[in-house]
Parts: sequence; C-alpha cells; structure tokens
Amino acid sequence: MSYDVRLLRTDFPLLRRVVNGYPITYLDSGATSLTPRTVLEAMDVYYSRHHANVHRGVYQTAAEATAAYEDARAAVARFIGAAHADEVVFTKNATESFNLLARAWGAANLRPGDVVVVTEMEHHANLVPWFQLRDSHGIELRFLRVGDDYRLDLSNLDELLDGATLLSVTAMSNVLGTINPVVHLAERAHAAGALLAVDGAQSVAHLPTDVQSLGADFLAFSAHKMLGPTGIGVLWAKQEHWDRTPPFLGGGGMIADVTLDGFTPADGPARYEAGTPPIAEAVGLGAAVRYLESITMESVAAHELDLTTYALERLTSSFDGRVRIVGPRETTERGGVISLDVEGVHPHDVSQVLDQYGVCVRPGHHCAKPLMRRFDLAATARVSFGPYSTRPEVDTLVDALGQALEMFS
Amino acid sequence: MTQMPPLNDLYREIVMDHYRTPRNRGELPTPPARRADGHNPLCGDEISVFVLVEGDLITDVKLTGHGCSISQASSSMMSAAIKGRRVEEARELVARFKDLMTAESSEPSEDALRELGEIAALSGVSKFPVRIKCATLAWNTLTQALDDAETSEPQQG
Ligand SMILES: Cc1ncc(COP(=O)(O)O)c(C=O)c1O
Repeated sequence: MSYDVRLLRTDFPLLRRVVNGYPITYLDSGATSLTPRTVLEAMDVYYSRHHANVHRGVYQTAAEATAAYEDARAAVARFIGAAHADEVVFTKNATESFNLLARAWGAANLRPGDVVVVTEMEHHANLVPWFQLRDSHGIELRFLRVGDDYRLDLSNLDELLDGATLLSVTAMSNVLGTINPVVHLAERAHAAGALLAVDGAQSVAHLPTDVQSLGADFLAFSAHKMLGPTGIGVLWAKQEHWDRTPPFLGGGGMIADVTLDGFTPADGPARYEAGTPPIAEAVGLGAAVRYLESITMESVAAHELDLTTYALERLTSSFDGRVRIVGPRETTERGGVISLDVEGVHPHDVSQVLDQYGVCVRPGHHCAKPLMRRFDLAATARVSFGPYSTRPEVDTLVDALGQALEMFS
Repeated sequence: MTQMPPLNDLYREIVMDHYRTPRNRGELPTPPARRADGHNPLCGDEISVFVLVEGDLITDVKLTGHGCSISQASSSMMSAAIKGRRVEEARELVARFKDLMTAESSEPSEDALRELGEIAALSGVSKFPVRIKCATLAWNTLTQALDDAETSEPQQG
C-alpha cells in the first residue's frame, strides 16, 4: 500500500482548523503530535462503554477496563520490540520516565562516585533528574560534547565511558534533528560495562524502533508525541533491570500487602504504577500504536525523510543565506526537526509573523539550554514534521518566512 | 473562533524603529550606577538595566541584552522615557505601562496616553497575551534596579 498523505490527513480532525483565515499549517509535531480520529474514538468508546477502575473490580466493565489497559501495554511492547509486555511501565510522560529511572533505578543502583554519561544535546528531561541524583547521591556526571557538525563528538567516548555505569542519550535531538548512532553507542557502553538508556521522545514516532536491535537497556518516551493523548508516557527496561528497581511512588495499586508494620510492593509493572493510572490515555496510546502500525513506521520514516530533504533544500535556496539551519544539512542520520536562525528576526517574532498565516512553529530554547549555549543561541524557531506533514505545507512555511524577513528588513 | 488582531497592531512603526535603532545601549560603571538583570525564561530574552540615580533624579540609563523585537523596543522606549526623570515619576510610569499591558478591553485614558507618549505605541501588545512578558521585562528589571538604588547605602565616590 502506498503512502497517501492526502488521505491520511483526513484522519486528523485538527487539520480542518482555519487559523487567522488560513488553513492551519501545523509544523510543531516535535512539541506534540496531532491526534487521529481512531485514538479519539478509542478513548470515547472506553469512557462510553468500559469506564471503570482497573485491577480492582470483579464486575464486567471493570474486567473490560483492565483488559483494555493491559492490551495497551501489550501493543506498546510489540511496537518497540520488547521481550515481554511486563517490561513496559506507564508513566505520565517521558519526563516522569526519566525521573523514575534516576530516582528508583538510579538511587538504588548507583553509589557515590558512580558515573552517568549524558550528552550536551539532551532535553532537560534527561539532564535535570541526573543533576538531582548528583546532588542527593553524589554520582558523577560526564558529558559527551556536540561537534560543529551538530553531531555527537565521539572522539573521547571510550574515555568518558571508562568506569561508567550508565550512558543516557537521546535517539534524536529535539532541536537539531540529529539522529544519534544508538546501536554503536550501545556497543561501546556495553563493552565498557555500562548500560544504555535511550530518550525516544523524538524518535519513536518517526523511526521504526526495536529495543532488541538497538541494544538498549532503557527507553523513555511520551504518547503525545506519537499521535497519542497527553498524560501518559512509557519507561521500558529489560526485565533484569526492573528486577533491581525498587518502587518509585507509593500508594494504592503498587502494593502486594500493607500492614501497620509496612508494605510489600507488587510485582510486575504495577510496582511502578501507584494510584489510578491514566486508563483512557493508555487506551488512546494503544490505538495510536495500532494507527502507526497500520501506516507502518517504515513508510512514516520514508515520508518524513522525503519531506525533510525537500524542506532543507527549499529553506537553504530561498533566502540568500538569511535563514540558517541550526542542525545537520545532510539528510542521512537526520530527522524532521529543523531549527532556524533567521537573520535579523528573533525566533519569537518569526513565530508571531508565521502565526498570522496559520503556520505553527515553536520559538525558544526547546528545553535544551546547554545545547543552545553550545551554539551561542538564546533561541531558535523550530519546524518539526509529523506523518501528516506535506510539501505544500513546506511551501507555505517558506512563503511566510519570506514575509517575516520582509517585515523586519 | 477568535481571530488574531492584525500584526501591525503589534509591530507599529515606532516600535520597529526602536527595535532597529535601540537607544541607550551600553553599560554604566557600577558603582555609582545600579545594575539589575532580568530574563524571560520562556523565550530567552535577557536584559541588564543600568541606572545612575543622583539625589532623586535618574541622570543616566543604559541597557544591554538581547531579545525579541517587543522586548528590545520596549526597553529602548523605557530608557528614553525615564532618563532625566525623578525616581518617583519613573515608578509612576512603570505602573502606567503595566496598566497599559493589562488593559485588554478598556482603552487607556487620554491622560495615560499623554503621559506615556510614544510608549503608547506598545498598547497593541496587550492583545497578544504571550508577548506581554516580553514587553514588561525591561520595566520589571528597572523597578528592581530602582529598589536596589533606594535601599542601598550611598555609594562612596
Ligand atoms: C528529546 C525529548 N526528550 C524528552 C522530552 C520530554 O517529553 P515530555 O514533555 O512529554 O515529558 C521531549 C519533549 O519535549 C523531547 O523532545
């Protein structure tokens, strides 16, 4: 089946919006993706027919709700190639996944002086929890730097990994679009006796993901960036790592028993899912996974590669060098996230002018301040694609950028 | 459906002029001048305001930093407006400006407009709620510098 983006767009109700008199041109999927009708319907069916709390009731709808929730876990496990559904733990978002990793796994397995290696291009979600662990547990943090080619500088990788316990790295930069060599990093990390955690927030919705062939030990991501709803994320870990991870938040749902002397934690993913989980959101995530599977991640990746190639070419050829791409220019190992530095126009103003034409792009530091400092930038205007993005949308973007340049020249 | 007001409400001629040709750029020696730093974490706007207060007069103002057109224009206009004014007048102007930013529906009074002078050109910002922080950054930073100047010991020459 060929990839028919025009047909696919009819699945996304928001694409019918008119903004400031123009059909919306949504180019902010890196921040959050649009939601297909099947996801909305799945959540609607859940609330209309099966809504009940999970894991507690014996009555019919409670059993259905539990089945739907666990079915979503199985769908996610299949989508990322996990060995078992129980390796998939639901969180609030990728950020909470990293907090779970640092505060539960990290606090229990890392001792003062133990080394965690992260990179200069990480989102704050994969930085701040490690700083917090440094402050509370005295771990040491080391940083892989980013080269002038907007890619990780791997020249001192083995040196940094020497004696390290964990390497935690993003699969795709949410600012530069750089796709990192995760397989290679996993090999080097494992050779040094370290584990590999992958931030999949930007990659899982845009590239096929198989945790086995990646060689990852942990993978964190958010549903809302992969056509799912807000309010739910995932931390996947190999079972052997979960086996060494104590509970994170405490409360109902995560216990096997509670007496006045204390508690015994539950086994399996429930151990990390305290309280009533985001049930409808899990159902929505399951539907998002099925949607992505139906259009296939291979096709999504190919479509976005084509679009990124087109966009890079148009952006670099249209403005006499007045629009600079902050990120790799070549399209290999590069995803559909394009940061722009527009001569004489602050990113905030770029976004403001573009909004006038219904074009949605994001200004700011994109929660990656160390990376922005590395390139001496306060902010960029970021364009990012989804499976529904099109070449005509890129053309609209280029026209609107021309307007912004004209206004500020 | 809400329609955004036209962009030229935001980017008025005087605003763009201050953005392109900012007034009072630079630093003042501290002491005797006072310095305050402000930043807008949302979009990375950063500003440093230097004020020289002699008696109750603001005798000099300088600004450094970077940011979007609105934050840059607003700071430039502010510096031009407060230079040579009494501290108390500057504080009143800050209050007037904040009123202007939060006025939303009610049009500013004739009095207010007269007092604000060309700064009134920023009134369009109030219709773009996410940009209000950009416009008020310099003014909040000025308040900080003035507070600092008032509470601190008189400087030794
Ligand atoms: C690379 C990367 N990591 C982590 C996150 C955090 O995702 P969330 O805000 O959904 O927790 C994001 C989203 O902005 C991201 O782009």
